[in-house]
Formats: sequence, C-alpha cells, structure tokens
Amino acid sequence: MGRLRKLLIPGVDKQLLVKDATKVMPDLARRRFISGGASLGALTLLTGCDVLDSSSAEEMLKRVSKFNDAFQAFIFNPDAMAPTFPESAITKPFPFNAYYEIDDAPEIDGADWKLEVRGLVDNKKSWTLEELYKLPQVKQVTRHICVEGWSAIGSWTGTPLRDFLKLVGADTRAKYCWFQCADKEGYNSPLDMRTALHPQTQMTFKFGDEILPRAYGFPMKIRVPTKLGFKNPKYVISMEVTNDYKGGYWEDQGYNSFSGS
Amino acid sequence: MSSLTATRTTTSPSKVIQPAWVRAMHWTNAVAIILMIMSGLQVYNASPLFRSLTFSHSITLGGWLGGALLWHFAAMWLLMINGLAYLITGFATGRFAKKLFPISIRGVISDVTAALTFKLSHDDLSKYNQVQKILYAGIIAVGIVIVLSGLSIWKPVQLQYLTALFGGYDIARYVHFFCMSAIVAFLAIHVLLALLVPKSLRAMIIGR
Repeated sequence: MGRLRKLLIPGVDKQLLVKDATKVMPDLARRRFISGGASLGALTLLTGCDVLDSSSAEEMLKRVSKFNDAFQAFIFNPDAMAPTFPESAITKPFPFNAYYEIDDAPEIDGADWKLEVRGLVDNKKSWTLEELYKLPQVKQVTRHICVEGWSAIGSWTGTPLRDFLKLVGADTRAKYCWFQCADKEGYNSPLDMRTALHPQTQMTFKFGDEILPRAYGFPMKIRVPTKLGFKNPKYVISMEVTNDYKGGYWEDQGYNSFSGS
Repeated sequence: MSSLTATRTTTSPSKVIQPAWVRAMHWTNAVAIILMIMSGLQVYNASPLFRSLTFSHSITLGGWLGGALLWHFAAMWLLMINGLAYLITGFATGRFAKKLFPISIRGVISDVTAALTFKLSHDDLSKYNQVQKILYAGIIAVGIVIVLSGLSIWKPVQLQYLTALFGGYDIARYVHFFCMSAIVAFLAIHVLLALLVPKSLRAMIIGR
C-alpha cells in the first residue's frame, strides 16, 4: 500500500489510477500468495517463526528468493551450453504465451521501429531493423521452458547479444541489460550481464527461418535459453546497460529474478 | 546424574527408541515435505500433466504460481539440507544398516499377511518389522529421486547431465510428480499406522 501511495500524483484521478493498477494485476489471486501462510498457522508451533503474520512470511520468502538469485548466479556456468536439438524436434505449432490474448499482442510497423540503446554504452545511436538485419546471425534450436512447467522446442535465428554489446561499446562490467518492451502495460525485464554475454543469448529476428511473426515478438525478441521463458523479452523497444536493478514486469510480482535454467 | 544412569540400566522399557537427532530431523522433514507438497500442487496447477487432474486451492500453498514457487524454492533448502544431514548421520551411525536391513521378500510377505490379519506384533518398537523396513528404505529412496528430479527440472541447463539421466526435462517432471504421489501414499499409511500404534508416535516425540 505504501508503494501505491507513493505513486499518487497530484492532479491524477485516484480512482482511475487504482483501476489501472488493478488491470496490471491480471489475476487477483496473484496477490493472495501471502494468505496461503495463514492456513499454516499450526506450523508456527513447530517452526517457531510466525507464519501467521503474512507480512513476515512474505519478507522471509523474498529474502530466500534473493538468496536464490545469488546462489543461481554462483552456480551459473558461462560455458555451459543449453542442449540443442535437431530441426525434427521442433514443437509444432509452437505455443503463443503471454499475459494477454494474441489479439492484444503489439502490432509493430517494422519500418518505423527503432531499437533504443541507453545507459553505459559508448554509442547510444538507435538502430533500425534494416541495420540490425545486416549483423551476422546464427541459428539455435533449443528448449523454451516456461515458469509454468511446460516446455517447447523452437528455432530462433539472430545476432548473439554479446556481439551487439561489443559493437555498441557497452560496459560489460555493468550488472544488467534492462529491456523494455511494447507489450501492453509495459513489460520489462532485467538480464544479468553474465547471462547477457552467454554465447547463446541472442537478439532474435527469425523464428523457424521466417521473419519473427507477431505472435513470437516481432520485430525483435531476446532469446535466452539459459533462463525461463518469462525472461525472454518479446517486442523489444529499448535496451539499457545499467548497474541499477530496475525490476521487471513478472519479477516485481514475485517470480524469482534470476530464474536460470 | 548417577541415579538417572541407574534407572536407565535397570528399567529397560525406558530405553531410547528414537534418538534426538532422528526425532529432530523427522519433524523438520515433516514440515518441509508438507510445504513442498502443498506448494508443488499449486505449481502443478499452472500447467497440469494430466488434463483432468488439478488440485483444490484448499490443499495448495502460495495462492498463485509465483507465491507457490517462492514457498517451493524456500522449503527445498530445508528439505535438502535436513535430508542430506539425515542420510549422512544414518549411514555414519550405522542406524540404516542396523534398522532397515536386511530385507527379504519372504519376510515382507509374511509380515504383510500378519499385519492384515492383525497378528503383527508391535511389542518391541526398537526393531522394525519387514513391512516397516521396506517402506522406510523405499521412502528414503523415493526422497532421493524426488530431490534429484526436482533439481533436474530446476536446472536443466546447469545440471543437464542429471536431466538427461531422467530422460530429459519433460520426463523428469513426470518422475517428480509420481515420486510426490508415492510420498503422499506413504504418508497416508504412515500416519494411519502411527495413530493405530500410539506408542510409536510417542517414541517419535519424546524418544521412548
């Protein structure tokens, strides 16, 4: 609530603001995870910590999740490649998955679109699709694993992100590449720099040898086979190299931020 | 102090059946496994393996997928650290060798028959019968497999050889689910029998 209050701006209709805020929570149940702690009241006796107090349970869970971020970063092996598969293993049809229906997916005009590059980079020029298409591309057939549990094998072709980071003179000692996207309600997600520099992390322009269709993130997605699917931004409009943790659409709602595979 | 030692040696029924480390780890495991099962069922609901099988909110933990994953990936540390300590102590103290083995098929069959006809003796709780031996040894094995299959779902790239051992990511999910089902089935029998033989429950609480 404290956070919401901070967001109130003089002159802005508070009711409309709350209405908008509720829309950002596609499923109210999402916010209910704390209440799950209450049904565990009996466990208080055994564990000695007050599970009944939902805010302390939430605090504890958040702290463990931060520890899990650090643990996953520690065991992340930059030389471990995600397994690759033959083309015959590709899942058809490859599922569309988002927090909105496919009809609400961003419709971007490739001719107008530009990738904005910000933050700790030497060259902050914006890139047109035509310019990006000229960069060397590689193909990967890897498994996309959703945080929900299902998985699907797809074929993605594009430029390794680390090549692009080198090209724009990014400070690769920075902590994150933060992506902003055109999805409704503004999807964004931070990617830790070591994962951004992983050889298989890709600025993707093609799916299954065809120009990336709207369903899978036209004009550009970031394919990260060492992360869960929700850390693979689609409809990317900007990239910022930064030392600040700027949060993310799903990360802010409770998904573990590192979420490495 | 000397009088305490004296009573212990003279009265044999008061001998410790379940040492303190077994009791502490047993109840820690009980908390961890219940948290893991309840949050795991909520995670399962996000993408059910079987179309007609989903679980009611009343038995799940976390409220939604994100909350359930927070619980699951917190309780896993409790489960894994406690479980590892239990395995190490169980082997090092010789408790596993002494209590759980040997197991013979004939012995299991005759003890199952005796149990079903209510002829199985529970006079000496310090000795496990063949049914207990196979169930306890079996559930430890299932515990190891559920942790390994869980790790291979969590880290299919970093631990890809482990994931491959299970036949790949998708099969590892099924293995993880069936291990959970086996643990729930074990729990049902285990709790029922503990209630039918209350002194066994007492031994797991106060040790004797």
